Amino acid sequence: MELLAFGKTGWGDELFYATLMTIAVSVTAMFIGFFFAFIFTPLKLSKYKSLNLIGNFYTTVIRGVPELLVIYLFFFGGSGAIMYVASIFGYFEYIEINAFITGSIAIGIISGAYSTEVFRGAIQSIDKGQFEAAKVLGVGKFAQFYKIILPQMLRLAIPNLSNVWQITLKDTSLISVTGLVEIMRQSYIAAGSTRDPLFFYSFAAVLYLLLTFLSMKLINRLEAKYSRGY
Amino acid sequence: MDFDLMFTSFPKLLGATVVTLKLLSVSLLFGLFIGLLFAILRLNKNIFINKFAYGYSYVFRGTPLLVQIFIIYFGFGQIEYLRSTFLWVILKEPYWCAIIAFTLNTGAYTSEILRSAFQTIKPGIIEAGKSLGISSKIIFYKIQIPIAIRQSLPEYGNEIILMMKGTSLASTVTLMDLTGVAKYIISTTFKPIEVFIVAGGIYLFMTFIIHNVIKYLEKKYSFQ
Repeated sequence: MELLAFGKTGWGDELFYATLMTIAVSVTAMFIGFFFAFIFTPLKLSKYKSLNLIGNFYTTVIRGVPELLVIYLFFFGGSGAIMYVASIFGYFEYIEINAFITGSIAIGIISGAYSTEVFRGAIQSIDKGQFEAAKVLGVGKFAQFYKIILPQMLRLAIPNLSNVWQITLKDTSLISVTGLVEIMRQSYIAAGSTRDPLFFYSFAAVLYLLLTFLSMKLINRLEAKYSRGY
Repeated sequence: MDFDLMFTSFPKLLGATVVTLKLLSVSLLFGLFIGLLFAILRLNKNIFINKFAYGYSYVFRGTPLLVQIFIIYFGFGQIEYLRSTFLWVILKEPYWCAIIAFTLNTGAYTSEILRSAFQTIKPGIIEAGKSLGISSKIIFYKIQIPIAIRQSLPEYGNEIILMMKGTSLASTVTLMDLTGVAKYIISTTFKPIEVFIVAGGIYLFMTFIIHNVIKYLEKKYSFQ
């Protein structure tokens, strides 16, 4: 227990901040994922074959390739790509991108592929009559999406989105390979300097369990809120 | 785009794919047994056995695979007692540590998949077996298990693909699997995109094969 003391004698405060970092990365990645889903879901549902192809390419590749490989691509390729773009604009200095940003984007792209599938499934399971009724009533395309489709879609999507959240939360452990100090990296540092890996990795496992448990409670309440009336 | 690098790294990555496939097949095989065992335990009426099986799947599904590998590889080596037993022969090898972690992880997911499959079997099927005078043991082995396996094929196919991606974590405990070799080539050549295309292509090809085999099996063993 001394090992977990707050302050200079223990690892309590370091692990606490690391947990906050894990939460911050997961939430950021989830929102980046929503952004990608927002772009790719319409592509997958489009009438045009070529747009379908782009959407399918994204979800198939990301879901078929290990997360770690995607993270390595961003970790090693991220600053290179930025520097290449900068060199076009005449800037030739070395640019290093922050590990938080690289990690969040990498996990966000992965999470986005899963979110896209969830949204696609949810929109497809809305009754066709809803779209037709909206058209007959003369509701505009914009209002149709925000007032009719979105509320129904969210109710259907939330249970599956909670799975995506769990996957995203667990995937953030992988960005410890890039050196970002989240739960896994902090446990690695603590285990290295105290020579007590069993304790610190087990404690990391407990922290992750706590996070998944608490977020499930929260999501269940959200689900109840969106399902009222059913 | 450096096509030469892509050509020269392809055989190296293909060699590493063998390690990935070995890890995958061994852990899936053991994982299926563990999954089946725990699915049966979950259906047990004894509350302690039931809760134990639930706890196992909850812990392994609620924590990242990386933590599980690290606990087994780095953590267990710390226990003095383990070092003196025969278990140490297994636990000092990163290969077996990775297999143990993958097996326990996939076992947890498989047990959930099979449990829900057992629970969706129509009671009429079991009653029909009973009324034909078949003993409940044979009903279980010859009727319930085959139906449950057929029911869970699509989900188990997803689990195989997830596990194939999971084996990439073996590279974090010094094993040179497909991802490990890819990372090594990237860090020596600093050409991430080329290596990603080749390694990712191999992974996608394996995903494609697994997906189609499962689809074929589903069709072959469908009820219609």
